[in-house]
Amino acid sequence: MKAIGKAEFSNFVDELIADDPREVIGVQAKSNKFAFDPLKSAEDLRLDYDVTILPPKKYFMPQRETLVKYNTNEGEMTAVNEVIPRIIFGIHPYDLIAIQQMDKVFEETHSDENYLAKRRESVLVGVNMKNASEWSFAHTMGTATTDSGYDLMLTDIGDKYAVEIGSVKGSELLEEAKSQLDDVGMEEIEKVREFKEELPDKFRDDPEFDPFELPRLLSEYYGKDGFWEENAEDCLSCGTCNLVCPTCYCFDVKDVNDITLTEGERLRTWDGCMLEAFAQVAGDENFREEKAARYRHRYMRKGRYMYNKFGDIACVGCGRCSEQCVPDIADPVDVFNQMKEGTNGI
Amino acid sequence: MESNDSLFLPEQARIIGERELTSNTKLFDLNFENGKELNHEPGQFVELSIAGIGEAPISVTSSPTRGTPSFELCVRAVGNVTNALHRMNVGETVGIRGPFGTGFPAEELKGHDLLFIAGGLGIAPLRSLINYVLDNRDDYNEINILYGCKKPCEQMFEDEVSNWARRQDIYHEATVDYCPDEVCWEGNVGVITELIPGVDIDLDETYAVVCGPPVMYKFVLQELEKKELPHDQIYLSLERRMKCGIGECGHCQINGAEEELYACQDGPVFNYERIKGFEEAI
Repeated sequence: MKAIGKAEFSNFVDELIADDPREVIGVQAKSNKFAFDPLKSAEDLRLDYDVTILPPKKYFMPQRETLVKYNTNEGEMTAVNEVIPRIIFGIHPYDLIAIQQMDKVFEETHSDENYLAKRRESVLVGVNMKNASEWSFAHTMGTATTDSGYDLMLTDIGDKYAVEIGSVKGSELLEEAKSQLDDVGMEEIEKVREFKEELPDKFRDDPEFDPFELPRLLSEYYGKDGFWEENAEDCLSCGTCNLVCPTCYCFDVKDVNDITLTEGERLRTWDGCMLEAFAQVAGDENFREEKAARYRHRYMRKGRYMYNKFGDIACVGCGRCSEQCVPDIADPVDVFNQMKEGTNGI
Repeated sequence: MESNDSLFLPEQARIIGERELTSNTKLFDLNFENGKELNHEPGQFVELSIAGIGEAPISVTSSPTRGTPSFELCVRAVGNVTNALHRMNVGETVGIRGPFGTGFPAEELKGHDLLFIAGGLGIAPLRSLINYVLDNRDDYNEINILYGCKKPCEQMFEDEVSNWARRQDIYHEATVDYCPDEVCWEGNVGVITELIPGVDIDLDETYAVVCGPPVMYKFVLQELEKKELPHDQIYLSLERRMKCGIGECGHCQINGAEEELYACQDGPVFNYERIKGFEEAI
């Protein structure tokens, strides 16, 4: 572990913005919320944020990504992978864990280079959570801290940041701030320990379940009469919960032509399983026509499918879906608590 | 930047033959431009793409025993890609990715009696196995083919169907849901399930292989249940929305009480015993 004074850290970030060929991204205020965006100045970087509107997944799996370029006259198609190397500052542990889950999806299924190359060319600088969203239950999900998934990890210890190095990429980045780094003593180590000890108090205290009960609870509730219908009753099928989720990766593939209709791009775009047409095929057959079936599907993905396939519970407790849901029916804590209580009652 | 290892770049295939099967369904014969073979198994599918329109999953209807290196797709014009394909002519090229998915277990079926039950366009994937089996006729025991359509003009592959009817080593019955008065039709009139009681099923030997519109499965399965055919002797080919074909895009997931399946990898051909507990499957 190293430490860097806050003023020196700002200088370091400003130097990267000025000199590093990579795009420097950081969490910034965006009206009354926060967002990952390109940094113009270190003073815009808000490492005290609670949660961002969108997770940093957008840098590895963009909302719109060109997979193939084509010419409709010649029928010629060219594979494309648009990789922008980036340094991303301020990723919270739950988002780092979500990124590690996404890595497994895109590595272990088919080595999807359109995702993996963007990951390889990115440096992830995490930050331990100084503040938490009122909706976050990361502590319950075991994602309030992480020992992996970052290249560098910062912890705010007053007038300095403690810096943990997680990878070669991280230590290489830190080379550029070498002269400003301090060695740490017992005092700094103690401050980081205290920071982490105080973390649980920042989170909501209503979750009553254990994350590793979720696959079993979901199996018990899969066919439960009325359960999903009641919970989904007010769902607008808007897909917001999908869009803001750090582990949602389902996508659509579609062709978009330019104005000449001869050139165009085949795009991968975010899709959402809560949208009505998600499982619809030509001829209007829809394999998940009812919103309750779609609502249940989302929970099955988060709590069981990813666990069965990769051993991960794919809800990291960020609370984004709970916060953004217009009819306020997407809070996983509410649904998981209902299951836990119902099972206890049996 | 250009990419050499994309999962999404189709290979170019040229339309070398095109034949109208019904008013909205055509058979396309395709050849890869680079001369390679598709190397598919009966029941697998490809992602067919037309630049500027998009991609769609289409089952391969030809048997790997016939006509290689070209392969056939039987396509009904119902969506964007399929309508665009229908407007194309011999000599034009399309994109192909695949083959993908788990097809019919042609090896496991060897030595057994087979009961094919095809409804409408469901004949397309089944035809790949039917012709495979007929080309390896000695490896299989009794063959029964039931084929139902809405009306006589929707029956496809007439030459092959009449061959099934002629052959002594095939039991074949065809049905239509209804037949207009002016049309001559020698087969049965009624839904396909009416043909099942007439089939001689050996409960130890017969494997049913079923493909049709989503609504058909429930009723066919009820009829096979009456015959007491063991569930692990029934194979079904299911349709789902698919955008990648490789288990990534999430569209074709089928949820069950205990686990979930991907139609593009675990299927599209499923053993009924395996999926009968999956509320979303049938």
